[in-house]
Amino acid sequence: MKHMRFTTAHQSITFSRRMMLLGGAQGAVGALLIGRMGWLSIAQNQKYQLLSESNRVQLIPVPPRRGWIIDRNGKPIAINKASFRVDIIPQQLEKGRDVLPEVANLLALTQDDVERIKGELAESRGFRPVQVAENVSYEQYASVTVRLPDLPGVQATQGFSRYYPDGPAVAHLVGYVGSANAKEYEAENKNPLLLIPGVKIGKQGLEKTLEPYLRGTPGGQRVEVTARGKLVKELDPKPDRSGQTVQLTIDEGLQQYAARRMGDQSGALVAMDVTTGDMLAYVSMPAFDPNSFSEGIGRTEWQMLSENDHIPLLNKVAQGLYPSGSTIKPAMALGFLEQGLDPNRKYHCSGGVQIGNRYFRDDAAHGTVDMRSAIEKSCNAYFWSMGLQTDPQQTTEMVNYLGYGEQFDLPIPTQRFGTMPNPKWLEQKYHRKWQGYDTANTSIGQGYVLINPLQLAVMPARLASGKLLQPRLLMAGARKPMPDLAINPEHLQIIREGMTAVVNRSGTAVASKLPLDGVLMAGKTGTAQVFRLTSRGHQGNWALRDHALFIAFAPADKPRYAIGCIIEHGGFGASAAAPIVRDCMTYLFDKQKAFAALAPLEEQWGGTLAERNARQLAAFKSATHPSA
Amino acid sequence: MITSAIIPRPLAKLPWRLIFLVAGIAMFGLIVLYSAAGGSAQPWAVKQSIIFTFFLAVAIGMSWMSEGTIKAIAFPLYGATLIMLIGVEALGFVSKGAQRWLDLGPIRLQPSEFMKPAIVLTMARFYDLVPAADVRRWRGIWPAMALLGVPAFLILVQPDLGTCIMVVLCGVTVMFLAGLPWWLFVTPAVAVGIAAPVAYGMMHGYQRKRIDVFLNPESDPLGAGYHIAQSKIAIGSGGIWGKGFLHGSQSHLDYLPEGHTDFVFATMAEEWGLVGGVILICAFGAVIRWGMRVSQNARTRFSQLAAAGLSATIFFYVAINLMMVMGLAPVVGVPLPLVSFGGSAVMTVMLCLGLLMALERHQRTGSAATTLGT
Repeated sequence: MKHMRFTTAHQSITFSRRMMLLGGAQGAVGALLIGRMGWLSIAQNQKYQLLSESNRVQLIPVPPRRGWIIDRNGKPIAINKASFRVDIIPQQLEKGRDVLPEVANLLALTQDDVERIKGELAESRGFRPVQVAENVSYEQYASVTVRLPDLPGVQATQGFSRYYPDGPAVAHLVGYVGSANAKEYEAENKNPLLLIPGVKIGKQGLEKTLEPYLRGTPGGQRVEVTARGKLVKELDPKPDRSGQTVQLTIDEGLQQYAARRMGDQSGALVAMDVTTGDMLAYVSMPAFDPNSFSEGIGRTEWQMLSENDHIPLLNKVAQGLYPSGSTIKPAMALGFLEQGLDPNRKYHCSGGVQIGNRYFRDDAAHGTVDMRSAIEKSCNAYFWSMGLQTDPQQTTEMVNYLGYGEQFDLPIPTQRFGTMPNPKWLEQKYHRKWQGYDTANTSIGQGYVLINPLQLAVMPARLASGKLLQPRLLMAGARKPMPDLAINPEHLQIIREGMTAVVNRSGTAVASKLPLDGVLMAGKTGTAQVFRLTSRGHQGNWALRDHALFIAFAPADKPRYAIGCIIEHGGFGASAAAPIVRDCMTYLFDKQKAFAALAPLEEQWGGTLAERNARQLAAFKSATHPSA
Repeated sequence: MITSAIIPRPLAKLPWRLIFLVAGIAMFGLIVLYSAAGGSAQPWAVKQSIIFTFFLAVAIGMSWMSEGTIKAIAFPLYGATLIMLIGVEALGFVSKGAQRWLDLGPIRLQPSEFMKPAIVLTMARFYDLVPAADVRRWRGIWPAMALLGVPAFLILVQPDLGTCIMVVLCGVTVMFLAGLPWWLFVTPAVAVGIAAPVAYGMMHGYQRKRIDVFLNPESDPLGAGYHIAQSKIAIGSGGIWGKGFLHGSQSHLDYLPEGHTDFVFATMAEEWGLVGGVILICAFGAVIRWGMRVSQNARTRFSQLAAAGLSATIFFYVAINLMMVMGLAPVVGVPLPLVSFGGSAVMTVMLCLGLLMALERHQRTGSAATTLGT
C-alpha cells in the first residue's frame, strides 16, 4: 500500500474491518471475564468458601482446667488455686486514653513489664487479651476492679494457678508447671493453646509425664469478627473439658512426714506396700518449692537452690546413684543359699580376709558367725569368704533379680538405674577377668555397685513378699503381675530372720526398734564409702562422710510395708538412715507415736520444714543483697 | 423507541431501551451499595442515586445536542481539560504532594475524568479533518500522538496509572479505527514488552508492589496481595447463586477492602453469585454493543469515530475493573461505572452516553445527511 493513495473508500473498508476486529476483541474479553468468574465460583468454589469461612469465624480458645493429682486416699497433691490476673483487650481500648501507666502504677509493674505489654499490644489482634500481670494479690486485683469503669479495655479476672499444698515435700515427685517455651511450642506443632496467657504445661516430674491426662481439651468461643478484629456476634461455643484427675499410690501423709523427718539432711526415701507394689512415699530432700517454680521463680531463689551443696534441684530418688553398701548382703546371702551353702555353717571372723596379695580388713572381729548372725552383725569377712567359695555370676544375678541395677516402668521423666556388676558384664565393659577382689567389693556393695533409692525399696519389698514386685505410682494403672520369686521360700525365711535380728536382737540397728507392741521391723543397714582413704563413720568434712543407707520391712512376721532410705554423707547407716525409716514405719502403724517422735526433733532443728525454708531464703537474700 | 399516542413525541423519541438498561444497571448498583453499607441506604445508596439521577438527566439533555455542536466543542473541551490538568499539577507542585483534584468551592473536579471523552472527541475531530490521503502519512500521525501523549503524561505523573491507561487506550482505539497503519500499533506493543522492565524500575513503590502482587497474589496475602486475595475469596465463595442479599460475610465483616468502590463487583458477586455477575456483564455488553451500533450506523466520519471511541471508553472501564477484581490485571484503581460508589465514573460514563445518544438521534432524524460515499 506504500505507493498507493489511501482514499476515502479505503478508509471506509478499513473502518468496517477494524470495527469488526474491535467488536470481536470486546466480545472475547467479555467471554474471558465470564469464564474466569465461572472458574472462580464453580471450580474453585469450595476452596474459596473455606477461606471465606476461616475469615469470618475466629476461635478464641478457652483453656481447660488442669487435672488434679491426688493421693491414694483422695488427698490433694497438686490442685488449682484461684488466682487473679489482669489483661488488656486491645479492641476495647479507647483512642487517646492511655490506660497503661495507670494500671502499671496500680499493680506496681516494672519498666520491663510495661515495655513488654506495649510490644504485645502493638502486634495483637483485637479481641485476644494481652496479659498485664498474673498472680496479683487480692488487694491489687480489688484496686483495679474498682477503677474498671475508668479504665476502658482493662479486664481483671479470676483464673487458676497450680498449687501444691505440700510444697517441697512433693517437689521431685510431681515436678512443676510453667509457660511453654519456644521449643515446646514448636514440638506441639504450634498449638495455639500454649500462647494463651496463663496456660501452663508440665515441665518436670509427673506433671510432665502425665501431661496428656492432666491437660484436658481446650474449649473455644467461636466468634464472628470483622477484619479489624471487632467482635460482631458470638456463635455456639465449644465447651472445654477439664483435665483428668490422676490418683497416685502415694500416701500424702507419709510423704509429708518423711520429708519433715529427714530434716535438713540430703537424701531420699521410698516406701512401698509389699502386697501390691504401690509406692507410698517418694521423697527426695532437700527440695525446691514447686509453687515458686509454677509462678515463675525469682532469681534469688533460683540462685540459692543451684548453689546449695545438698542439690535440692536433683531428684535423688530417680537420678541419685550410690554404692549400696551392706544393704546388698541379704541378697548376697540368698545367692549363697541358692547355690547350696549351708546357712548354719560356722565361720570365724578374725577381723579380715587375705585375698590375693591384699588384706581386706573388717570393721571388727565378729568371732564365730553363721549366715543369720553375719547379716545381723554385718560381718564383711563372712561375705568375702563365702563369696570366694561361690560362683560370682550366679550370686550377682540373684542380687540383680531382687532389684539392684534394675530399671522400673514408672512415669518418671528420667530414671538412672545404676549398675549391678557381674563377671560377664565386666568382661564386656572393661575387658578383664573377674577377680577375687571384685567378689570382695561386690559382696559389701562397693566397687562397681551403684543403685538408686527406688531399688533400695524394691529390694526389701521383694525379700519380704517373696514375689517379683514391680513398683507402681498410678492407681489407675493396671496391676502388674506379681509372680512368686524363683527362690526356695525356706531360704527367704532364713534371710528374713537375719534381717529381723538386725533390728531386734543385737544387730547393727537395735537402736531403731519400732516403739510398737507386736510389730517388729526387719532391716539391713548400709554404709557406703564415699572417700576411700579416710576413716569410716564420723568425719569432720560433710562432703567426705560416708552415705548412710537402710532397707527395711515390717511387720517382720507378716510383711506389709517396705522402705529404703539413703542419707547422703550421713555416716553410719544405723545412726542416720535407720531412725528415719523407723519413724516412717511407725507412722504407717501409729501416726500419733510418729509425730511424737518428730516434735522434739523439729524443735531442735528450729521449726517445721516450711518455717526453716522461709528462714533460709531470707538469710540467703540478706547475704547476697546486703543492702536489701 | 416507543410509539404511542399518549407519550409526547420528544419523549418517545428517546432511546428508551438504552435508558432502561443503564437505569437497571444503576439500580442493581444501588442494591449492592445498600448491602455493602450493612443493609442501609446511608451513607452510599441515597447519595449515589442522587448522583445517578442528576447525570442521567444531564445525559438525556445532551442527547439534543447536534453533531455540529459536538464537533465544535471537541477542541475547546480538550484545551480546557488540558489546562485544568496543568493546573492540578502546578497545585500539586505547590503543596508538595500527589494531587488529582481541583477544588472549586462546592465541587471537586477531577480533570483527568473529563479527559476520557475529551480525548475521544478530539481524536475523532482530528481524523475527521485529516484528508484520507494524509492519514497514513507522518503529518496525520504526529499531531494525534502529541494530542494523546501530553495529557497521558500529565495524568501519569499525578500519579494515576489507571486513568492514564484508560485515556491512552481510548485515544489509541480511535487512532486504530481511523485507519492508521498496523505497524504503529504492533511496534509499540513489542516495545512495551521490552520496555516493561524499565518502566517497572521507574514506578512508584506502591505501583510496583501492585504489579508484583498481581503476578503472584499469594506471595503476600496479608500485605499488598490482600486486595486481590480477598476479592477472589468473595467472588469464589459466592458460587453460582451467591450467599444471598445482605449475607456476604467478606464485605460485611470488612475483609473485602474498597467493597463499595473499586471492588464493588466482588461485593455483588458474593451475594448474587455467578448469575448476578453474568447478568451484569451482559448488561454492560448490551450497552457497549448499542454504542458500537451507533458507530456502525453513523453517516459521518466524526460520528463514526466518536461513537466507537465513546463506546470503547465504557468498555475499558468495565473490562479493566473486572479483570482487576478477578485477579487478571493488577490493581490500578479503576471503578466499575454505574455500580461503584462515587461521582466521577458516573459522570464520565453518562457524558459518554449523552454524546452517544446525541449522535444516535442525529442519524435517526437524518437531518445532516452528509454522505460518506458508501
